[in-house]
Amino acid sequence: MNSPLPIKQTFTKESLKKQFRLSEFLAEKIISSVAFLSIAIIFLIFIFVFKESLPLFSFGDKAKTEIQTTTGAEVETYGAETSTEEIQPETYGAPAENLEPESYGTTTEDLNPVVEEIAVTEPETYGTVTEDLNPDSASEEVVAIDEKVTGNKEGADKTWSTFFSTEWVPVSDNPRFGLIALLIGTLKVTVIAMLIAGPLAILAAVYTSCFASNRRKEIIKPIIEMLAAFPSVVIGFFAMMVLATFFQDIFGYDSRLNAFIGGVAMALAAIPIIYTISEDALSAVPKTYTEASLALGASKAQTAFSVILPAATPGIFAALLLGVGRVFGETMIALMATGNAALLSANPFESVRTFAATIGSEMAETVFGETHYSVLFFIGSLLFIFSFILNAVAEFYVKGKLIKKFQGK
Amino acid sequence: MRDIKIQVNDLSLYYGEKKALNNISMQIPANKVTALIGPSGCGKSTFLRCINRMNDLIPSVKITGEMLVEGVDIYDKNVDVVNIRKKIGMVFQKSNPFPKSIYENVAYGPRINGLKDKTQLDEIVETSLRQAAIWDEFKDRLDDSALGLSGGQQQRLCIARTLAVSPDIILMDEPASALDPISTSKIEELVHELKEQYTIIIVTHNMQQAARTSDHTAFFYMGELIEMGKTNAIFTKPEKKQTEDYITGRFG
Repeated sequence: MNSPLPIKQTFTKESLKKQFRLSEFLAEKIISSVAFLSIAIIFLIFIFVFKESLPLFSFGDKAKTEIQTTTGAEVETYGAETSTEEIQPETYGAPAENLEPESYGTTTEDLNPVVEEIAVTEPETYGTVTEDLNPDSASEEVVAIDEKVTGNKEGADKTWSTFFSTEWVPVSDNPRFGLIALLIGTLKVTVIAMLIAGPLAILAAVYTSCFASNRRKEIIKPIIEMLAAFPSVVIGFFAMMVLATFFQDIFGYDSRLNAFIGGVAMALAAIPIIYTISEDALSAVPKTYTEASLALGASKAQTAFSVILPAATPGIFAALLLGVGRVFGETMIALMATGNAALLSANPFESVRTFAATIGSEMAETVFGETHYSVLFFIGSLLFIFSFILNAVAEFYVKGKLIKKFQGK
Repeated sequence: MRDIKIQVNDLSLYYGEKKALNNISMQIPANKVTALIGPSGCGKSTFLRCINRMNDLIPSVKITGEMLVEGVDIYDKNVDVVNIRKKIGMVFQKSNPFPKSIYENVAYGPRINGLKDKTQLDEIVETSLRQAAIWDEFKDRLDDSALGLSGGQQQRLCIARTLAVSPDIILMDEPASALDPISTSKIEELVHELKEQYTIIIVTHNMQQAARTSDHTAFFYMGELIEMGKTNAIFTKPEKKQTEDYITGRFG
C-alpha cells in the first residue's frame, strides 16, 4: 500500500516523544499573565480607592490616639505664635459654646492633659508625630492642618453616625456626610433611567432581530450603536438645554434639572448598550425555534415574545445589567442634568445628587487627607462594591431563577 | 385516489432566478401517508415546505401555480398564512423543542391560540403526549427542560407539540434522519398510528422507511416530479427508468 503522504510516518518511541515547544510555551505564559494582570489591576484600583477611605474605619481606641497625635501637631504649629495655654480659648472659644455638647465635649477634656504632656516633652512628641502622620500632610499649610484636625476631631464614630443622616453637608463647621440621601438619589436616577431605557432598547432589539427586513436592520443597528460613542458631555448638555425645558413645559415641575431629566438623559446613554447586547442575544437564538413556532401557527409577534425573547433571557439580562452599571457610574450626565441637590424625597421631579456626581464635583475641592476626602473615596469603594454585588447576585441567583422560569429545569 | 386532500397544479418555485421546482402537479390523498423520495437537492423538502408556506420566510422565493388544500388555494391573497399553519403542522429534520419545559412545549400551540384554562391545557398536553406515545415516559417530569431529553424523545415531543394544535395535515421533513434505529422505529410506528386521523406527508432519504411507512410514494428528481403512485407499485414495478435506477440504488 502506498501512503498518500509524501513522508511516511513512522511510529517509533522516538518520534512520539514529548517535545518542548518554546514559542508556544512563551505565548501561553504571556497570554495567561496578561489575563491575570487585568484582574490584578482591578484589584489594585479597588485597594487604592479603599485605602484612601481607611481613616474612616479607625474606631474607638485607635481614633483616640489619632486625636492625640494630631493635637500634638496642632500644638506644634501654634506654638510659634502663641503660648500653649492660650490656644484653647482662642481657637475653640467661640464654637465651643454651641458645639461642646455635640462633638467637642469629650475632646476638650482630653485635650488638656495631652497639651500639658506635650509642653513638657516637646521633642519626644515631635518625633512620634512625624512617625504617625503622613509626611505629606505634615508639610501642608496651616489652614489645611487646622481643617484636618477639626475633621478628625469629629472622630470616626461621629463620621459614621452622620452617614445615616439625611443631609449631605460636607463643608461646614459641623459636616454631615449623609450617604442615604446620595444613595436614594442614585437609585432614583438609576430606576428612572432603566425604566425608560430597558423597554425601549429591548423592544428596538426585538424589532430589528425579529421583524425588520435585512436592509432595515443593517441601517438601524449601526445608527443606534453610534449613540454609544456619543460623549456623555454632549448628552448631558442636550438634556440640560433641551430636554429639561421640554419636559418642564409638559409636566410643569419646579426645579428644571431633576432626577427625571437625569434619568432620561442616562437612558439615552444606556440604550445603545442594552440594545446592542440584547440584539446579539436575540439574533443568536436558533432559527429552528422561529420555524417551529411559525409552523405551529404562531404569528410573528407571538413567536418573538413567547419563544425568542424567553430563549434570549440570559443575554438580555446581561445587557440590562451592563446598562445599570453604566447609569450607576455615569458622572457627567449626572453632574449636568440632575440638579445636584442632595434632597431626600420620593418625588422624581426633585433634584438629586448621585454618588458619581458627588465624587466628580467635590474631589477637586477637598483637602488631601481630610475626612471629606476619605468619605469621597469611601463612596468610590461603595460604587465598586455595589456593582460587584449586583453582578454577583445577578450571576448566581437571579439568572439561574430566570432561566428556570423560562426554560424549564 | 378518492378523498383528495391536496391538489397541486403546475406549481413552480424560484429561488431568485433559479428554478427549484418545475411544474409539479400531484394529488395527495386524505388520511394516508405519502412519502416524498429523491436524491439530495431534488426539491422534495422545498416542495414540503410549500405546503404550509414555510418558504415565505425566505425573501427571494417566488411561487407560481396552485396549491389547493381541500379546494382552497393557500397561495391566494386572501388566505391568512397563520391559519394555514394551524391546519398544517410540521415536524422538522432536526428536532427543535423550545428551550422550555416539556409541558410548556406542548402547551405552546394551544396557548398562542388563546387557550388559558389550566385544566383544558392539562388535558391537551396529556392527550398529545399519549398520541405521541411518550406520556408514560414524561408524565412525572413535565417540568423538566425539553433540552435535556435524548434526540428521539425530543423528536417525539416535537410531534406531540404539533399534534396539540390538532392540525389536519402533518408534514414531516426527514423526522428520523438523525435518530438511531430504535428511535426511528418508534417514530415509524407513530406515523402508522397517526394516519387514521391525519394526512401525513413525509420526506425521507431512507428507501426502506418510505416502503415501510407510506401508502403512496412520489419520486422527485432535479426539481421535477418523476413518478407518483402506490408505494407497492413504485417499489416493485416503477414505470419510469429513473425511478427504478434510484430505488435499486444505481444512483442517488
